[in-house]
Amino acid sequence: MAYFLQQLINGLTLGSIYGLIAIGYTMVYGIIGMINFAHGEIYMIGAFISIIAFLVLGLAGISYVPLALALVLVTTMLFTAIYGWAVERVAYRPLRGSPRLAPLISAIGTSIFLQNYVQILQGARAKPMPPLVQGGFTVFESGGFAVRLSYLQLLIMLTTLVLMAGFTTLIAATSLGRAQRACEQDMPMAALLGIDVDRVISTTFVMGAALAAVAGLMVTLYYGVVDFFIGFLAGVKAFTAAVLGGIGSLPGAVLGGVLIGLIEAFWSGYFSVEYKDVSVFVVLILVLVLRPTGLLGRPELEKV
Amino acid sequence: MTAASGLAAENSARPAPDWTAYLKDAILAALVAALLALPLMGLQTYDIGGGALGIRTHFDWVAIAAAAVFVGRLALRLWPRLHRRGDRRGDTAFARLAAWANRRLFAITLAGIALAVALPFLPFSSRYLIDLGTTVLIYVMLGWGLNVVVGLAGLLDLGYVAFYAVGAYTFALLARDLGFTFWEALPFSGLVAAGFGVILGFPVLRLRGDYLAIVTLGFGEIIRIVLLNWSPVTGGPNGISDIPRPTFLGLPFARSAPEGVTTFHQFFGLEFSPDQRVIFIYFVILTLALVTNLFTLRLRRLPIGRAWEALREDEVACRALGINPTNVKLSAFGIGAMLGGFAGCFFATRQGFISPESFAFTESATILAIVVLGGMGSQMGVVLAAMLLVTLPEFGRAFAEFRMLIFGAAMVAIMVWRPRGLLAHREPSLRLGARPSST
Repeated sequence: MAYFLQQLINGLTLGSIYGLIAIGYTMVYGIIGMINFAHGEIYMIGAFISIIAFLVLGLAGISYVPLALALVLVTTMLFTAIYGWAVERVAYRPLRGSPRLAPLISAIGTSIFLQNYVQILQGARAKPMPPLVQGGFTVFESGGFAVRLSYLQLLIMLTTLVLMAGFTTLIAATSLGRAQRACEQDMPMAALLGIDVDRVISTTFVMGAALAAVAGLMVTLYYGVVDFFIGFLAGVKAFTAAVLGGIGSLPGAVLGGVLIGLIEAFWSGYFSVEYKDVSVFVVLILVLVLRPTGLLGRPELEKV
Repeated sequence: MTAASGLAAENSARPAPDWTAYLKDAILAALVAALLALPLMGLQTYDIGGGALGIRTHFDWVAIAAAAVFVGRLALRLWPRLHRRGDRRGDTAFARLAAWANRRLFAITLAGIALAVALPFLPFSSRYLIDLGTTVLIYVMLGWGLNVVVGLAGLLDLGYVAFYAVGAYTFALLARDLGFTFWEALPFSGLVAAGFGVILGFPVLRLRGDYLAIVTLGFGEIIRIVLLNWSPVTGGPNGISDIPRPTFLGLPFARSAPEGVTTFHQFFGLEFSPDQRVIFIYFVILTLALVTNLFTLRLRRLPIGRAWEALREDEVACRALGINPTNVKLSAFGIGAMLGGFAGCFFATRQGFISPESFAFTESATILAIVVLGGMGSQMGVVLAAMLLVTLPEFGRAFAEFRMLIFGAAMVAIMVWRPRGLLAHREPSLRLGARPSST
């Protein structure tokens, strides 16, 4: 029971991080219908920028943890968002309206490029990060096994919830969100009605990248180690989460992320660590075969 | 702004370039570049020992990057003005090349095959060149195999490398445990890979487009992870070594053969040279690739090939006409997988050693890039793209660490420049009524 609870907490934490990345996938796919393959790399870049920001703050002598966290959060989101914007501008915008495979190839190229870019500039070795947020409390204790919930895990879950609620409101209740939903339904019509479609798409990429940056910061704090290759697997898992939750739905993306995190945590807790990634892919295949619209998605109508 | 300048370019009496707007645009681009470069280029982390990180600044690099972007952006805006034919010049040149290649298809094919056959005997030929040619041909063969799935049937497969891996491991295991030779194992490699293709394809082929892509990607990763972790059978990360080399009708290529076996050079009374095997391997893959090409070209003319192309164009219409989409897709997937399996078998015998490392996602991406860059469905385009993508990193060996960086950037650049692929010139294989004269 205690072991189960501990895996549950671990899984929820991991899942929150996946959920944050998945929001970026789901928003982009919802609007322009492409898998933004480079999104995982954006998350990786976010993690690197957060480490660099922490180091710079350390040199500047800021040691009050909440202040440092807030500053790092803001800078990481800002710089990563610029990366998200630039990727869309350089690799995707010129391809709007071209055959469906072209943006995907361009995205794969971008992903390879960014991975090697970071590897060359920052080195191939994993970057360590000393734990910053320490401590926690014991939730439950039985048979000498204490279930711990660290402050960091709590922080990650709460941040994810707040961001999900915030962005859902943003899409549901602001004019920007309305423009996004309009573009999602019918892009030419939205353009005819005076919506600057290019700008809406750019904003979507910027928002997705900012959320991925938060995920990158969280993973840096949580695991305390980052390398240039973390983007690929996290990206695929987050996309799985987005599909599982139903493409286009923000709460669905977070729900999917949490489920993927739980599956992974329980699988490594009870079966085998080596095959934890296989479990995620098997879930992906099962979901797509049995329920292609995902848990919270709308069925897709086939137009002739 | 872009639309306005585009209109202006078409106008014969062009107004003077709008320097203020161009400069503003270039400065803005440089500013963005500087912001992008600032954290990752300007501040580099490095180990200072004891699990801690130090940081060093490289603001000069940031300045260089910003300056390069400024110049590049300005040049990009001015480029169309320097040419009379407008900004699509490169595009039309390649389009003409594609049309020309299509008209002279037969002659180019013959010339290409002749060149490929003659390659090992040309005066400037070297072992390095033949090795490179072999690698190119492996990718050509993989590209042609994937072309059946992506180009003809329109199914996006991001995990093609899985079938390549299955083919390679089938041969390696058959050779290690049952003593099969290359030629005995070749059909099995294809069959097992095709079997995997059908097993995967059956449940997932009713998915559409991008979903199929991500499932196949997942499948590719599953195969790789299983190969990596199932150590008792696959050798885990150490892979399988001592895979037998191919023989020429039972004659091995070796300096000295074991008791009772005649080697190739003894049989033909030649001087032994290690190059003989390299050249032979080159011809094996050349034959395999050509057979693949012939096979797919014939398939295109069969009802099943027609059904693939029809399905790619309009699935709903096909269903209305009584084509069973699942079976048709499954056949394309199975045949593509089989061709990948053959290529994998060849790869295993050529390398003599295989490990899961050779079958990572980048391989799938490279093969798909070859198909898409070449122009989907174009057999010649695959050859061109394979030569480009395989030799490009070779040129980069001098600055090896930038290889993949350039590779990724080139993928983006070619897609932005020619989204339909280099030699895209799509004509229906079958048309109603008279064919309009192409000249």
